[in-house]
Amino acid sequence: MTSVLSLEQIEASYGPIQALFGVSLDVSEGEAVALMGRNGMGKSTTVKTICGMLPAQGDIRFAGNRINGLPSHKIARLGVGLVPEGRRCFSGLSVEENLVAASRKGEWDFAKVTDLFPRLAERRRQQAASLSGGEQQMLAIGRALMTNPRLLVLDEATEGLAPVVRQEIWTAIEALKNRTGVSILIIDKSLKELARIADRAVIVERGKDVWSGAFDALDREVADRHLGV
Amino acid sequence: MTRENGLNMLIVAGLVLVPLWAFFADEPFTITLATRAVILAMAAVGLNIALGLGGLISLGHAVFFGLGGYAMGILAYHAQTYTPFVEWPFVIEGTKSMPIIWLVAVVMSSLAAFVIGLLSLRTSGAYFIMITLAFGQMFFFFSISWSAYGGEDGVSIYLRNGFPGLNTLAPIQFYGLCFGLLMLVLLFASLLARSPFGLALNAARQSEQRVQAVGMMPFRLRLAAFVISGAITGLAGALFADLNRFVSPAMFSWQMSGEIMILVILGGVGRLYGPVVGAIVYVMLEHVLGDLSDYWHIYLGVLLLLVVLFVKGGIIGAVSGRRTAHG
Repeated sequence: MTSVLSLEQIEASYGPIQALFGVSLDVSEGEAVALMGRNGMGKSTTVKTICGMLPAQGDIRFAGNRINGLPSHKIARLGVGLVPEGRRCFSGLSVEENLVAASRKGEWDFAKVTDLFPRLAERRRQQAASLSGGEQQMLAIGRALMTNPRLLVLDEATEGLAPVVRQEIWTAIEALKNRTGVSILIIDKSLKELARIADRAVIVERGKDVWSGAFDALDREVADRHLGV
Repeated sequence: MTRENGLNMLIVAGLVLVPLWAFFADEPFTITLATRAVILAMAAVGLNIALGLGGLISLGHAVFFGLGGYAMGILAYHAQTYTPFVEWPFVIEGTKSMPIIWLVAVVMSSLAAFVIGLLSLRTSGAYFIMITLAFGQMFFFFSISWSAYGGEDGVSIYLRNGFPGLNTLAPIQFYGLCFGLLMLVLLFASLLARSPFGLALNAARQSEQRVQAVGMMPFRLRLAAFVISGAITGLAGALFADLNRFVSPAMFSWQMSGEIMILVILGGVGRLYGPVVGAIVYVMLEHVLGDLSDYWHIYLGVLLLLVVLFVKGGIIGAVSGRRTAHG
């Protein structure tokens, strides 16, 4: 399998405070990798370095090309679709406008996105600010898909949502995984749900990756030690 | 149909009927006022693309208005004095043809907007305002010292320039021309706002980072918007100079930039017809209050203050009641 994303010993700092002390991880074509770890251990910081929002030392390669230091929009154009933490839509635009604004030629278009999330079709003329949290999350995922990414990065996609809505979103992510060839890097805390889609897991602790392997190999003992669950 | 659409149609009806009435009632001055309003509206529609859609607070749009004006002034001056504009390496004659003048005005103001945008869009907020203001002042002082074209006194043109098939000296015909152009510009602006480019520009105003995350570069979006915006204001400048048959450095002044911005804010920032309403109200106030007092700007200031403080979305927002500016 060809590697889509590979991080080699990434270090990054917020001003004088170093946050990442050497994170390595790989995502292959069509694979779903769970990035796990307790709060403040560097999951979102890792995502920021991948998306070019935070400068990093080390080697970040996307589809074989080094992408460190590239501006965010170039990385996104290469095929990294980010679904940011906290459902950040363009609140002043309608659902349809949010999607059209992000669209790039490819297999994903408005029809396919609303096929995955029928609720977005019902709300197409509604302003994003007036959507429910779950709908905003669907919109954020849809928006990332409209850019026709090779790698979808989901940062806490189901955080703070009602259980029913969470299930809806997990079902959609599962469908994405099974029906398309898109690679997925997913940050989440729910082991049970991650088990539905993740092939492998990488656990970060204090800015370093401390465990990685097949998701099935992530047993009670590892989870207790690194995740405290 | 929303209330805003209804209001817009009412405005268009007014812009058709009032000058027609003035034509049959033999009130040419009213037609001239309407022409002035329509041209200023076009300048403000241009600014509204940068300001309303892109969130770019440009205090230098007089540059484009003035360039349009001088494009007309210089070309027509050479045509009326029968002197070539350029002799070497090839001869360029002046012209009295409006379409050519418009083209020159649009090209010149787009180029200026491109260069100014390239430099000033690296900044934002107060710095952007200051840099655009500084460019405006540069053009202003340059035009004052450019004695070949009248310096401070400007250039007078004896006869209005021509348009194939029309007698532009007849007020109603020149008005029709300006009104037609304004409608075209409004159509273009509304299509632009709904296009993926317009939506992305709107999105970039709301969040730069989110736009980058979907693979677009806010700088390029804004630069393109700034150029389109400048081109439209430049076209309006050429018409304005033709209306007055006169162009002077006043068209480059920062007061002019401020005036165009007032039109947008008064009518409603980001509303398609905001600049049109702003211009109509402005010209009416200028006429009515100008009769009462030389210091009529005081009343304008009070009105602007009230609009900014109490009605979000300008006059259109106050009437149509939709609070969020859109398109």
